[in-house]
Amino acid sequence: MKRGDYLKPLDWFTSAGYLFLYLPICILIAFSFNTSRFSVVWERFTWEWYGRLIRDPLVLDALKNSVIVAIVAMILSTIIGTLTAYGLYRYRFRGKSVFDGILFLPIVTPEIVVGISLVIFFVMIKYNLGLTTIIIAHVAFDIPFVMLIVRARLQGMDRTLEEASMDLGADEWTTFFKVTIPQLLPGIIAAALLAFTLSFDDFVITFFVAGVGATTLPLKIYSMVRLGVSPKINALSALIVLFSISLITVADRLQRMRV
Amino acid sequence: MERIGLRIRLLKFFNRHPHTKAFGILLPCMFWIGVFFLLPLVFMATYSFLERALYGGVQLIFTWENYTRFVDPLYLKILLRSFRISFLTTVILLIIGYPMAYRIAMADKRWRNILLFLVVLPFWTSDLIRTYAWMLILRDTGLLNFLLQYLHVIKKPLTLLYTEGAILLGLAYVYLPFMVLPLYASIEKLDRSLLEAAEDLGATPFWRFLKVTVPLTKSGILAGSLLVFIPSVGAFIVPDLLGGAKAMMIGNLVQLQFGPSRNWPFGSAASFILMTIVLLAVFTYLRFAGGKEAMEEAR
Repeated sequence: MKRGDYLKPLDWFTSAGYLFLYLPICILIAFSFNTSRFSVVWERFTWEWYGRLIRDPLVLDALKNSVIVAIVAMILSTIIGTLTAYGLYRYRFRGKSVFDGILFLPIVTPEIVVGISLVIFFVMIKYNLGLTTIIIAHVAFDIPFVMLIVRARLQGMDRTLEEASMDLGADEWTTFFKVTIPQLLPGIIAAALLAFTLSFDDFVITFFVAGVGATTLPLKIYSMVRLGVSPKINALSALIVLFSISLITVADRLQRMRV
Repeated sequence: MERIGLRIRLLKFFNRHPHTKAFGILLPCMFWIGVFFLLPLVFMATYSFLERALYGGVQLIFTWENYTRFVDPLYLKILLRSFRISFLTTVILLIIGYPMAYRIAMADKRWRNILLFLVVLPFWTSDLIRTYAWMLILRDTGLLNFLLQYLHVIKKPLTLLYTEGAILLGLAYVYLPFMVLPLYASIEKLDRSLLEAAEDLGATPFWRFLKVTVPLTKSGILAGSLLVFIPSVGAFIVPDLLGGAKAMMIGNLVQLQFGPSRNWPFGSAASFILMTIVLLAVFTYLRFAGGKEAMEEAR
């Protein structure tokens, strides 16, 4: 079979697909360096919009909130998600498939449904909306993702090491912390980074559970976008996209790592 | 010493009750998902059957009214539009995604990982920002209109933003990774010898693709379609930024009830309908793709 026959047009098609995926992001980044405020015509290169960003107290405040939320949500969801992955890997019990199905639900449920159901919940139990409610919501949607990533790692793990540790007299507790966890570590860190990214970037759910005072970066961007396209939004977006991309690249490396 | 003693007692207890141990480990997750995901859904469902009070609250009076309001052509139109757009997005992405996934699966190993990573990468970056990027391109004074005018293709700017077409484009853009990944997974597992056999038996490339490749990668096609359809039908950012008030989808209707309209029960009903559509799609998928394995595939 002549390979080139059908791969050639496929190559073109696929390249176009990648162009489609990345061109808009590249355009966004390019225009964050353009001096012109309104026009799409390229004028001159400038750092001005970035300078305006770091001098904007509202943006900095939103950044602070986003970092707090993402870090706390990351820590909690990584612990809970890892425990869950381990529990599901290690034990068999009745209703396990139901449990599995329930963990699948937050992934398929539209974000807007999650957002409004939580806002109803918090209003009904009379809990004030703010950073805490954002964190609670983020942990809830991060857990299944962490669980899936750690579980994939567990399935590829060498189980004989755990058995060896037990045979040599270590109890289950020691084995878990000294053998299982170190083996899973790259997966756990990757899951943590992705949980951080998901939380840092989340808009829809945060939009509903944030209340008035607690603005995160995506909420800030949205309120700026409502007023129209501006180079300052381009700059802020470019920074966030590049930041996410670096975290994801590290996470990807870690996931591929062999122990 | 005290701590070690406690630890031994704990271990002994757990060894006598293995189920308790599994339960203990899974408890934090059960608590969090139970209280902060499932319970709120129950609250939402309850809200959807209550009457709206003045100034945004609810009254504890049972009513079907929040659901019967959907007979109104205004709301029916929104429901139908959501369906139409999500369906079209799925079809468009099958057409774009299949060849891409196929090409990635045929690439040699080193390239394959890079190509896959480049598909996954956008999935983890902000939808909001990626949608906003299209506003730069599509608005009246945007890049595309500028280029078309510059090249003298058009004289006056075209209205590209705030149309159904813009929503379709945005959804296809945001959810392309969801289509390519499961397709890739099933194409990669494809037994090449079957393709060769088809060729030896005289099948032209076109018929070979239709009669052998497509049926063998059915699981990927179904999983990809599900993973694209579900978030599309519930999308909020894309129709909000690219569709505007003229092309509302269910997501926008829900947001409107929780925002300016302050009709939470009606918003809950719309949201509940959305949730039902999603669950129906999942069950249909499981039906066609065959149960548990299919669910693993979808992940």
